[in-house]
Amino acid sequence: MRNAFIKELTARAALDDSIVLVVGDLGFGVVEEFARRFPSRFYNAGVAEQNMIGLCAGLASEGYHVFAYSIANFPTFRCAEQLRNDVDYHNLPVTIVSVGGGLAYGNLGYSHHAIQDFALMRVLPNMLIAAPGDPQETRACLNYLLANPQPSYLRLGKSGEQEYHSSSPEVYPGTLVPIPSLSSGPSDKLLVTTGGGLGVAAAWLRDGLFENYAVASMPLWGMSWKLTQSSILSNFSHITTVEDHISDAGFGSWLLECSVACSASVSIEVRALDRSVLGMVGTQRSLMTRGGLA
Amino acid sequence: MAYDSSDPSSPQRDRFILSKGHACVAVYAVLALRGFFPKKSLEEYGADFSMFMNHISHHVPGVEFSTGSLGHGLPFAVGKALACRMRGEKWRVYAVLSDGELDEGSNWEAFMFAAHHHLDRLTAIIDYNRLQSLGSVQDTLEIEPLAKKLHAFGWSVIEVDGHDHQALIETLSHSDESKRPRAVIAHTTKGKGVGFMENEVLWHYRNPSDEELAVALSELGFDA
Repeated sequence: MRNAFIKELTARAALDDSIVLVVGDLGFGVVEEFARRFPSRFYNAGVAEQNMIGLCAGLASEGYHVFAYSIANFPTFRCAEQLRNDVDYHNLPVTIVSVGGGLAYGNLGYSHHAIQDFALMRVLPNMLIAAPGDPQETRACLNYLLANPQPSYLRLGKSGEQEYHSSSPEVYPGTLVPIPSLSSGPSDKLLVTTGGGLGVAAAWLRDGLFENYAVASMPLWGMSWKLTQSSILSNFSHITTVEDHISDAGFGSWLLECSVACSASVSIEVRALDRSVLGMVGTQRSLMTRGGLA
Repeated sequence: MAYDSSDPSSPQRDRFILSKGHACVAVYAVLALRGFFPKKSLEEYGADFSMFMNHISHHVPGVEFSTGSLGHGLPFAVGKALACRMRGEKWRVYAVLSDGELDEGSNWEAFMFAAHHHLDRLTAIIDYNRLQSLGSVQDTLEIEPLAKKLHAFGWSVIEVDGHDHQALIETLSHSDESKRPRAVIAHTTKGKGVGFMENEVLWHYRNPSDEELAVALSELGFDA
């Protein structure tokens, strides 16, 4: 996903001189080509995320679409108030890019586990969360954000993710993206994922679980799109959500709130990381298993 | 400053950021006097659903950026100054900070970035009244030697009497060829000109009674 992102961004930057990339002293082996090709639109803000987001907001207020690149919780929790006040409140086109969403940096410990980030970002009213599940969704999300600059949070895995789409799908906020390669056909039961939940769902389906479910992802969502969920919720009798985030205030919690708001009769099961995984260290796979997602 | 009250978003305007957003009444008053909106609108200050909130609001014509939480204005101003440089334009960015606000580490991140990138269209004005919310700056977190610190961070530093308008005009209009961002340390007195308010932390919080207001206006030379 990381490579799909930077390759697409670099290609688009050649065509759009409003694109600026600001990094928080991270991106070794990733951002160099962008920096080489567009030196006047690449800045390393150093290990200083509060200033990084503030200056990104300032740049965005002058007409730039700024991508603020870092990893894990550094461009979110470390500078939460800059996101709330400077970016979201002023409705500025800053895209926060965090590599290592979920437990991708499992061995690096609690500081690097981005499994509470949805909870923070989804309470910002103008923020669009973009949590692709594979490289094709990553390209699709990035192209949507470039066509619709706004406060946004692009949450990426790391590398080596499997592709579940044969081409870049159409993506819109609050809308399901079908996964034909995983679905057995129409059903009144839905398995819906966001972010790294797609890989989890694919493994379950390979193991014969969730037979006769329609399978889809929702890579774009956020507070502004809660009320648009009634049409989706009314199409199913049961929905299971999957996400590599703790269950508190994540994607499934968001959909549950949507169903309450529109008095939907659908039953919703949230499959997310159990809080017992917080603070543990291990490989992504072992932590996902311990957290109940394998 | 270059500005056009009939076109607050004019591309070549100078940009002003009030980082110490609690001092918004001064900016609102100046913007009204300069024709950004009718003076009568000021009566809406702090009223229910008014755009004139008690910390500076970008919903008010002429205001670039909302602040209130301290340590946000200078990084935002740095971003604007960087945009100015990237476009090769000539407008300037001014940010007013408080002295107590310098406790926030984000300011020092911004001081470093601005100097590293030689953002010489950026001026930070520090309102140095030596008081913050619970007492003196000296007793809270000492910031001296402030001028030396800012100079060491790569800024061009000028100290001035913040109540001397002519000195401020001369300082701010002075052309600096150093290629450094510029810090103006403005030495001020909180509550200047009103005897019972001067250097009193209490007046960071309190509104004057009608009687106190009459005395204050009288001391300042206005008719009550």
